Parts: sequence; C-alpha cells; structure tokens
Amino acid sequence: MEYFIELFFSGLTRGSIYALIALGYTMVYGIIGLINFAHGEIYMIGAFTSFIVATVLSIYGFPLLSIVLLAGLAAAVWSASYGFTIERIAYRPLRQAPRLSALISAIGMSIFLQNYVLLAQTSDFQPFPELIPDFDFMEPYAHVVGSSDIVILLTTAVSMIALTLLIKFSRVGKAMRATSQDRTMAMLVGINVNNVISMTFIIGSALAAIGGMLIASHIGQINFFIGFIAGIKAFTAAVLGGIGSIPGAVLGGFVLGLTESFATGYVSSDYEDVFAFSLLVLILIFKPAGLLGREETQKV
Amino acid sequence: MLELRNIRTFYGNIQALKGVSLEIKNGEIITLIGANGAGKSTTLMSICGVAPPRSGEILFRGEPITQMSPDHIVALGVCQVPEGRHIFPQLTVQENLDMGAFLRSDKREIARDLEYVFSLFPILKERRTQHGGTLSGGEQQMLAMSRALMARPQLLLLDEPSMGLAPLIIRQIFEIIKKINEEQDTTIFLVEQNANQALQIAHRGYVIENGAITMSDSAENLLSNPDVQKAYLGI
Ligand SMILES: Nc1ncnc2c1ncn2[C@@H]1O[C@H](COP(=O)(O)OP(=O)(O)OP(=O)(O)O)[C@@H](O)[C@H]1O
Ligand SMILES: [Mg+2]
Repeated sequence: MEYFIELFFSGLTRGSIYALIALGYTMVYGIIGLINFAHGEIYMIGAFTSFIVATVLSIYGFPLLSIVLLAGLAAAVWSASYGFTIERIAYRPLRQAPRLSALISAIGMSIFLQNYVLLAQTSDFQPFPELIPDFDFMEPYAHVVGSSDIVILLTTAVSMIALTLLIKFSRVGKAMRATSQDRTMAMLVGINVNNVISMTFIIGSALAAIGGMLIASHIGQINFFIGFIAGIKAFTAAVLGGIGSIPGAVLGGFVLGLTESFATGYVSSDYEDVFAFSLLVLILIFKPAGLLGREETQKV
Repeated sequence: MLELRNIRTFYGNIQALKGVSLEIKNGEIITLIGANGAGKSTTLMSICGVAPPRSGEILFRGEPITQMSPDHIVALGVCQVPEGRHIFPQLTVQENLDMGAFLRSDKREIARDLEYVFSLFPILKERRTQHGGTLSGGEQQMLAMSRALMARPQLLLLDEPSMGLAPLIIRQIFEIIKKINEEQDTTIFLVEQNANQALQIAHRGYVIENGAITMSDSAENLLSNPDVQKAYLGI
C-alpha cells in the first residue's frame, strides 16, 4: 500500500509537469490550430533561466525563498518573451500560408533553439540547485512523498486555478475563448486577434517555464535536450485529453503521469513509454477526439 | 457616411472586387443585390478590414479607413452581421451578446441596450443561458443581429439576414431592420439575395455583378426596372 501511494504521488508530480506544458500546446492549438513544436524548448529555456538566476542569487547569499520566487519570475518572463517572439517571427508571417508551412517553421524553431542552447551551455548535464528544501512537517511522510512533490502539486494547482479564472472572467480570457471559437467573428466584434494570439503564447510559455523550474529542481539536473522529451510527452497528454481543451490538457497530463509511474513501479522503467503510448493509442481508438475533446471541432 | 472609391480586393490571386464604388448617406437603408459569387460578402469584409482591398479607398465620415485593422473599424461604429451568422457556439446567448459590447465599458448603457434587444427579440431572453450553437437558425439570426446592436453601431452591415429562414421569420427580421433604422437612427447596408423584400424596405440599391457595380438607383426604380425584375426578382 505504501508503495502504491508513493507511485501515486510520483505520478501526480510527473502529471503536474506534463499538464503545465500541455496547456501551452492546447491553448495555441485552440487559437491558431498550430502544433507549436518549439514549446518544449520554451520549457527547457525556462529551466535554464531559473538555473542561471538561482545560481547567481545563491552566490550572493539570497535567502532560499526569495531565490525561488525570483528565479521563477525570471524564468516565466524570459520564456514568455521567447514565446512571444517566436510567434512574431516564425508563425505570424505564415498565418495565411498552408498549415504545413507553419508546422515546418515550428519544427525549425525547435531545432534552432535546441542547438542555440547546446552551443551556449554544452551538452553536459548541469547540476541544478535544490530549490525546495525538505520541510520538517513532511518528515513523517517522507518515505512516500517528498516535499518537492507537494510543492509541485500545489504550484500546479494554483496555476491552473488562476488560468481558469483568467479565461472565464477576464477580458483577455473572453477574447481568447471567442477567438478560438470563431476568429473572423472575433475580429468583427472588435477583438484585436493579434494581441490575443500573443497573449496565448505568453501565458502558455510562462506556465511551461514554471514547470521547467520545478521539475529541474526535483530531478536535479538539466541539459539542452530535456525540452524535446518533455515536449513530446506533454503533447501526448494534450492529445490524450483532447487537443484544444484546457481541462483536457490537465486531465491528459495526470493520466499520462500516473500511467508512467505505475508502469515504472510495477513493471519496469523500460516499459514506461510503451505503456504511455499504448494508452494514447487505446484512448484515440475509442475516443478519437481525446478524453474531453469536442467530436467535431470546427476550425477556422 | 460611407464611401467606397474604386476598391479592388483579392483572395490570393483571385480578384473578387474589380473596382467597386458606392456611397451610403446618414440614416439610409441601402441594399446591395447580386448573384452568388458576385462579391457582396467580399464588399462587406473589405469595409470591415477583414479582407482589406489592394487598391482604392474607403471613407467613413470622410476619414479613410482602408488600411485600418478590424477592431479599430468596429470602434468607429461600423458593425457587421456576417453571412452564416457566426454565433460563438460554445458561448451562451448572454455571453454572445456581451461579446458584441466588447469594446464598450459604459455598463449602464450596455444594460439598457440589452433590454432593447430583448424587447426586439423576446425569445433571446428566454434562451439567455443556452449555448449559441444550440439555437435554431432563426434564433441564431436574431442573436447575431442583437450582438451587433450591442456595439451600438452607427453603420450596420447585414449579410443575407434572410438566408435559410421561413417566410414568417423573414418578414419579422425585415420589419425589425426597418425599426432599427428608424428608432435607433442606425444607417443600414443590407446585402440580400432576397431582392424583392430588400428593395421594399430600402431607400436605394446597388446591383453588383462579377465584382463590379452595374446599376444604382432608387429602390422603386430598381423594383420596376425590367432587367432587375428578370435577373433578381424572378418576374
Ligand atoms: N476566402 C476566399 N478565398 C478565395 N476566394 C474567395 C474567398 N471568399 C470568396 N471568394 C471568391 O470571391 C468571389 C466573391 O465571393 P463573395 O463571397 O463575395 O460572393 P457573394 O456575392 O457574397 O456570394 P453569395 O451570394 O454566394 O454569398 C467568389 O468568386 C468567391 O469564390
Ligand atoms: Mg455572400
């Protein structure tokens, strides 16, 4: 039973990260119908940014809490500016072009960013500072769930609630919903669709950056390639949940994380991906639009 | 109020408008009639900045709006009810109406306009919490017109509001168009295939063929014009 709970929490932790990244995929897809292949790299750049900021701040002896907050903020802002810029230079000029062109541009961006970080940071794994200490009150449970698992879960929950409120009640959130449902009509009611698209990239990138920082601190090392793997997994989660659906991305993230965790724990870590992708195939056979996807999504 | 000077609009390499010129004066109901593919919808989309013309000029209240973005044009008071209604399917009726007032912040006036559109179309009040996508065709048309009215337009562009509706509802819609024009002092540019009914309520009309205006006259004259009768009135 203890082992089960341990696997359950490690699954939730993975799932949280997948969900944070999957949101970016699904939001961008919902608005412009594009799979942003560079999104995994945004996450990786978030991890590196928090790594650099945290390292510098700890040299200057900042207290841990302020290091965590500042590193997280820096990562979110820096990744958001990458997301914003990528859309501007790689996707916006291709808005009227066939979809395949934008997809190729996205893959190109992904490769470019990977290689750029590879050149700047080498391919070696860098030890990531431990940003989340072991809390004393967690001591009795430490054998099944670590402090950083709890922090990751809570941060994810808060991010998701904030995002939900933003989309449901804020002006930009309403504009995003309208734009994803009917872009032409959104223009005709006076929504600046370009701004909405930029905001979507900014929000998705900031969430991915937070995910990047959390998991890097949890695992303890990063290199230029982490975005590729995490990106594919998160994309799988988004499809699993129904691409374009925000609750779907969250659900898909957790389903995928838990599946991997139990597969690793009860079978073997060699089978983690086999189970993850078998699950994807199974779900898509029975629910082609994903768990929470709309059957007939009309896209502009 | 609105003037189009020789506008040419393209979709890629396809030229949809080959030099359209027309003028709409304050308070008028003007109709644009033409066959399928003549360029009616494109004319409206060009005015709204969604399909900006490659050349020519569009003036609204004497100011050029040719290269303005759609949101700025809406802000000036030009609103369109597009062909096919374009209801936001996953938003409720109320949310669809709220989107119509997206650029406004005068809460009290918005509430008043909401009451006004509910008085025009009482059925919408009953359907308030229902998703737009689940409305019937006629209800969707009412919602689309109401949503545009929530922006308090000075110039309202209507693209085939009678399309696919039963005769009774068509009559109702046309009566309301006339009412909006008279009560709200809204200038109306009405695109229609249903030329007979459109000319009944319009002051003047234009005929578009193949991306160019071929006729322009008062509504009475167009109704009695043998060419128009043969081509568009089925007489
Ligand atoms: N998005 C588009 N891409 C390419 N061509 C288009 C597009 N929209 C319209 N066209 C072409 O432009 C021309 C004018 O189309 P438009 O929709 O303005 O006609 P219309 O008069 O509104 O016709 P209908 O009465 O059928 O609505 C047509 O030949 C049409 O095929
Ligand atoms: Mg048309």
